[in-house]
Amino acid sequence: MSPKNATAVDREPAVEVHDLTVAYHTQPVLWDIDLTLPEGQLIAIVGPNGAGKSTLLKTILGLVQPISGWVRICGASYRQRRSWVAYVPQRESVDWDFPTSALDVVTMGLYGRLGWFRRPVARHRTLAMECLEKVGIGHLSTRQISQLSGGQQQRVFLARALAQEAQLYFMDEPFAGVDATTERAILGLLQELRATGKTVVAVHHDLHTVAEYFDHVVLLNMRLVAAGPVATTFTQENLQRTYGGKLTVLTQATEDLLRARAENPALQQPAGPPPGEGS
Amino acid sequence: MLELSFTARNVLMGASLLGVLGGIMGCFAFLRRQSLLGDALAHAALPGVCLGFLLTGAKTPLPLFAGALVAGLIGSLTILLIVRFSRLKEDTAIGMVLSVFFGIGIVLLTYIQKLPEGNQSGLDKYLFGQAATLMPRDIRLMSVLTVLVLGTVALFYKELKLLCFDREYGASLGYPMRRLEVLLTLLLVVVVVVGLQTVGVILIVATLVMPAAAARQWTESLGVMLLLSGFFGGAAGAAGALASSQIAKLPTGPVIVLISSAVLIASLLFAPRRGLLWSRLEDVRMVRRILSENLLKDLYVLGERRGDWREPVGAPELMGMRGQAYGQLRRVAKRLRRDGLLDLQADVLRLTDGGMDAAKRIVRKHRLWELYLTRQLELAADHVHRDADAMEHTLSEEAVSLLDEKLGYPRVDPHGQPIPRLGAAGAGAMGAAT
Repeated sequence: MSPKNATAVDREPAVEVHDLTVAYHTQPVLWDIDLTLPEGQLIAIVGPNGAGKSTLLKTILGLVQPISGWVRICGASYRQRRSWVAYVPQRESVDWDFPTSALDVVTMGLYGRLGWFRRPVARHRTLAMECLEKVGIGHLSTRQISQLSGGQQQRVFLARALAQEAQLYFMDEPFAGVDATTERAILGLLQELRATGKTVVAVHHDLHTVAEYFDHVVLLNMRLVAAGPVATTFTQENLQRTYGGKLTVLTQATEDLLRARAENPALQQPAGPPPGEGS
Repeated sequence: MLELSFTARNVLMGASLLGVLGGIMGCFAFLRRQSLLGDALAHAALPGVCLGFLLTGAKTPLPLFAGALVAGLIGSLTILLIVRFSRLKEDTAIGMVLSVFFGIGIVLLTYIQKLPEGNQSGLDKYLFGQAATLMPRDIRLMSVLTVLVLGTVALFYKELKLLCFDREYGASLGYPMRRLEVLLTLLLVVVVVVGLQTVGVILIVATLVMPAAAARQWTESLGVMLLLSGFFGGAAGAAGALASSQIAKLPTGPVIVLISSAVLIASLLFAPRRGLLWSRLEDVRMVRRILSENLLKDLYVLGERRGDWREPVGAPELMGMRGQAYGQLRRVAKRLRRDGLLDLQADVLRLTDGGMDAAKRIVRKHRLWELYLTRQLELAADHVHRDADAMEHTLSEEAVSLLDEKLGYPRVDPHGQPIPRLGAAGAGAMGAAT
């Protein structure tokens, strides 16, 4: 977490994914993903519905176990780098009718640092308040979270990630369902993070804004189509390869694999030891 | 004070303890949408009670508690395993475990009752609960378990909150969410076991669900919800125990359930903001506001047509504007007079200065919105009036000034009628009209 440690591994890529294959139940799968993400950039993960964008994010974060392959964050396993990483889940992933306030949700960003049994105290709430103010909704701190608009809820999630004071931010659709003002505000925040040397990896659904918002792009459709700087990678041809045509063969193969796994328990063991087993 | 017998005191203690414990733990099940999990755990505990009796032949509480605890745990584990390793969803897994374990329990219970010593085993009290059989040793065991469970919750409060609100985020922070989930389930099993003798296998789920659902109605804070739910549960338990001690032949467990359901129904109806009555009141308030605003607007528009707002208007003319009944018009006018927006003498109405401002605000919203729809969304001018009628009651002041700015501070709406400005004298707007 300390910047000194961070400079020691400056040469390491922010994220390195090797030969990653993921399948679970009926969810989308990822095939043989090899991926290296640079440090200090805004990186978009782009692809059609069911391409496995969220799954890739969750696998990098150790929330989903891969069948094979491994993930390294700044040259080490996720477990070792946990305090460098902040996660912004999809807004729809939680029940916003939960009895809690905006400030309280942001305070959860400090739970990792607090560790077992310790409760947040006034100092932590001040920190959380600063993060809420950074995303421009300090005045809504005591508001029950269901009383917030979609954009405000997204800002609460961002503030919670900011509270983690991480080096790397993984965001699942941070721009989904927010108003234009919030979109501007979030973009400003991401650029601010980049200016201080942080890396942001975001699942993004709006192709029109990829080139404007991001430096680096990962085009995904069950397998890695292309990854690289937006200028050279975000091309018509690559987009065509990502979105065009139905991947009938791959879909069929996935079904075969799942069936084989169901019939043959031996196939259910993860092949090869992933260095970053997370949970 | 009521004079309580030895038994009644035990029942009171046991029922209150269980109420507090079930109320607090039920919140977690409720917030995780696992209210039925408690029901499955309770039913799963029955074969454990029977086996505990068969193995030890004892009527002492400890082996029966232990049996219930183990069986409940196996039941909860079975649910977790079914969900993880099969394609069945949690509701199906809960239904399976509930019925299969309960079936085994009933088979064992029937077998025990046919044994020579079975008739005296008193195991059937675990089905429906029989609080009167609570002994001081049962109360002691219940107290110890209550302290243990609540102590654990206090210790893991932050982690359990994370589990209930955002499991995956908690996992990304490095907390072992699966183990916390098992811990929470374990605590629920303990609650169920504590309540078996008092309320019985079948009704125990009520002590988990109802206080929590009621408490949720009154607060937006998890901490307050836990305390309130514990209070509701404890109070319902105590009230049920007292009622059954004072009135002969009232069964304690079911009475507790009935009292907490009354608390729940009252909460669903009367709680501020979340209650049904509250939203009804909101509806009524909204309807009243719309009627008032419509009358103000009508008065403004009539004044505009005549080019004079100072001239009073008769009721019949206003009734003609939108086919309003006389009685309703009177009621709306009286409310506006009370707010100082209207002069009302006999059946003659006139806007006051304050009323004029309020009316301008509404007309302004209406005409700006019409203009917005025709200009920005390119709708035909004859299609926009009804939309604007709805928007004039809901647009906020900020939205209006934003609209005004975006439209370039327009002077007239799509029908060529002037858009009133605030602060400008009525005469100025009138001048623009003529």
